[in-house]
Amino acid sequence: MSTELAPAPVAKSAAPQRRFSINLRQSGIYVAFALIVVLFTVLTDGALLTPQNISNIIVQNSYVLILAIGMILVIIGGHIDLSVGSVVALTGAICAVLTVQMGLPWPLAVVITLAAGAVIGAAQGYWVAFFGIPAFIVTLAGMLVFRALTLTVLGNQGIGPFPDQIRTLANGFTEGYLGNVGLGPLGGADLLSLLVGVVVVAVFGFTQWRTRKARLSYGQVVDPFPIFVAKIALAAAVVLAVVVQLARFRNLPWVLVLLAVLALGYSLMANKSVFGRHIYAIGGNLQAATLSGVKVKQVTFWVFVNMGVLAALAGVIFAGRLNQAGPTAGTAFELDAIAAAFIGGAAVQGGVGKVVGAITGGLIMGVINNGMSLIGAQSEQVMLVKGLVLLAAVAYDVWTKRRGRA
Amino acid sequence: MSDDILVMHGITKRFAGVTALHDVSLAVQRGEIHAICGENGAGKSTLMKVLSGVHPHGSYEGEIVFEGEPCSFASVRDSERRGIVIIHQELALCGQLSIAENLYLGNERAKRGFIDWNRTNHAAGALLARVGLRENPTTPINELGVGKQQLVEIAKALAKDVKLLILDEPTAALNDDDSAHLLDLLDGLRDEGITSVIISHKLNEVTRISDSITILRDGRTIETLPAGEVSEERIISGMVGRDLENRFPPRTPKVGEEVLRIEDWTVHSPSQPDRVVVHNATLSLRRGEIVGLAGLMGAGRTELAMSVFGRSYGVGVSGRVIKDGREIDTRTVRKAIEHGLAYVSEDRKRYGLNLIEDVKRNVSAAGLDKIAPRGWVNDGEEFSVAEKYRRSMNIKTPNVGTPTSSLSGGNQQKVVLAKWMFTDPDVLILDEPTRGIDVGAKYEIYSIINELADQGRAVLVISSELPELLGLCDRVYALSEGRITGELDRAEATQERLMHHMTQGQTS
Repeated sequence: MSTELAPAPVAKSAAPQRRFSINLRQSGIYVAFALIVVLFTVLTDGALLTPQNISNIIVQNSYVLILAIGMILVIIGGHIDLSVGSVVALTGAICAVLTVQMGLPWPLAVVITLAAGAVIGAAQGYWVAFFGIPAFIVTLAGMLVFRALTLTVLGNQGIGPFPDQIRTLANGFTEGYLGNVGLGPLGGADLLSLLVGVVVVAVFGFTQWRTRKARLSYGQVVDPFPIFVAKIALAAAVVLAVVVQLARFRNLPWVLVLLAVLALGYSLMANKSVFGRHIYAIGGNLQAATLSGVKVKQVTFWVFVNMGVLAALAGVIFAGRLNQAGPTAGTAFELDAIAAAFIGGAAVQGGVGKVVGAITGGLIMGVINNGMSLIGAQSEQVMLVKGLVLLAAVAYDVWTKRRGRA
Repeated sequence: MSDDILVMHGITKRFAGVTALHDVSLAVQRGEIHAICGENGAGKSTLMKVLSGVHPHGSYEGEIVFEGEPCSFASVRDSERRGIVIIHQELALCGQLSIAENLYLGNERAKRGFIDWNRTNHAAGALLARVGLRENPTTPINELGVGKQQLVEIAKALAKDVKLLILDEPTAALNDDDSAHLLDLLDGLRDEGITSVIISHKLNEVTRISDSITILRDGRTIETLPAGEVSEERIISGMVGRDLENRFPPRTPKVGEEVLRIEDWTVHSPSQPDRVVVHNATLSLRRGEIVGLAGLMGAGRTELAMSVFGRSYGVGVSGRVIKDGREIDTRTVRKAIEHGLAYVSEDRKRYGLNLIEDVKRNVSAAGLDKIAPRGWVNDGEEFSVAEKYRRSMNIKTPNVGTPTSSLSGGNQQKVVLAKWMFTDPDVLILDEPTRGIDVGAKYEIYSIINELADQGRAVLVISSELPELLGLCDRVYALSEGRITGELDRAEATQERLMHHMTQGQTS
């Protein structure tokens, strides 16, 4: 074009520095997670990382992590959902009525419950997307309405017990079909769990390598090879360490399998699908997205439907774990899910965030909860620390952003 | 030299390794209007931020001497106390508050912590008279147009006993009438002894109003010229460091048959549905043709364009859009895009870009389906598309993974153009495509527009700058109060004739 008139692009001397600070901002959450784990491992004399405790952390936090996956998408889209705690309670109650009182087969009951979650999400999504009421108001109303409906369904008492299969999904572990490893460093570990771990790590490494190769073939800049290998090795080591510990306890919790599938699927969806990209575009600049042909209302609507379905899933798992659907189930879960998303790097104004970040944020809170109770802290102390961690995480994000701009 | 109200000497300002200002000097005489010219990124705004204390003393090197005393401002409040007031490009007014409340915001007329409303409104009335604004001081700012808001900003500066008034692109958002009024006002203030420093891209205004001109380029002072004897071309050559003998790239139009026809297009205002904003407009675009749409602010240019593009503006829209001889449905943005239309907004930050995201995701935003078979985006393809446009359009960015917020205005505009070029449209509507863009980048944008037309696309350019329309377009429509009042070929179009059509119906 008019290259003869335009001066050549000037190489910025600040580039390497910039790159470093951006990397720090993205990886800060993982570094923080590692530090918190190390801290509590030391404080608890290693009790944090015992096989049984790792298993506990995962099972105890599974429903918040599931909610966090839905919540991060809502927040990326520039909205918020305050109703998820009440939706957890209501869908748990629905599931209980279907299985315990009506005696439906459990798979049918779960499907109907998830559909109920979708209807709830659609109802809220309609007001937000098509009617234009701020999500804060709609879901605040939903928080009250769905809690009220829960009380209507349940009265003042819980319904239970749940069928074994639902309890297994929430609380149970995979069977050791292939027997155990004999004595040795892996003494007593379940072979199947170990194999799953190895396969997951292998597939992860392979896809990362393929992505890298594809990027190179398009001439993109990638990490230097040693760093690439180091990153994968680190991730593999963490995954394998967790799997080995779990295999030595009671094998893989079913919710972990479920979570892994959800995390992978939603990460792909957010990064690679047109739908996911449109969520980021809407949160980043609503008007620009509208004028670029993004169907803003439809996308927003489906984000809320999705949140409803995931809340219903969390509702089933939470009820299954307690073996009872109670009228106060899920109280304040919305706050945990929102906190997880923001600790995980979401921006208040939308357009920013990652599924893996939200899960890490949820795990950070889970580890703090667990670690502090292991060292005998009171619940008010735990609450205090969680509040300060949330503030610190967002403050750090704002600070790095400001520094990046200056 | 002896009567310099302000001397800035040896100012160097660095941001994280980038030197924005390099040993810049500026001397402003008492009672003059001093213009600062330079391309975007030349350091004009940074220099003014150093002067006004936005960048506090200690964050830069060099010295500032105001009225003979060295200054070390720690904040904007410090500089305002000395009588230096800066009016930013984006106005800093509270829309819900009244004129009087805005004038004395942070500077309230109060007794023991309670605002004295009589005194406030009375004094506000006097200030409004000084700037020639006939409005009630209790009118909310929202009800004023941009031109009048600009006057309120100046009145606000007067309320602070301003000695040196700094205006950053004061007329960028104003129409010609309001601009002329504003410049007259600055003339009047000069007679009252108020010194002004004005940053402007509009060189005709600079040569008209200023007494001396300082040119910055790449963070350095190039020269200070007495304004009287300087031509626009002389300023431009100082700004770009080369002679830009022709501001518009040459082009031989190859006009084909009609591609788009808008017929009897009528649009009503969404806030006042009984008010007609566009009235029975009919226009036609041919392949390979660049057509201009001229009109004063409020004539309905943007409203016309946006209502055609997916009903993005207006209610009660009627009329027909005919493409290649067949009527098409453009009722949603998606449909408009599918029919080969593209609209580049006048406000790229609000309507054009996702500033959080990087260059490549912005480029792919409107044509994502093309690189996403079965709904899944091919990252590599996305990268190479963005890379292709970065090279062909000379988008200056470290790489296509850089957030668009860190690009200069001209390069941001190129990203928006790339986004729409990627949808491969037959018709592009470009709304103020060079607003807020420096001269060198403008030339590049013009070249891109020419190339789009040479590829057989039709381009409709909406612009407030008549020379731009005359230099770029094969044909120009004039719009006045929502009606097409004239259509002029390149050969017969002059600024005077266009202006005549653009003001039809307003004067009579």
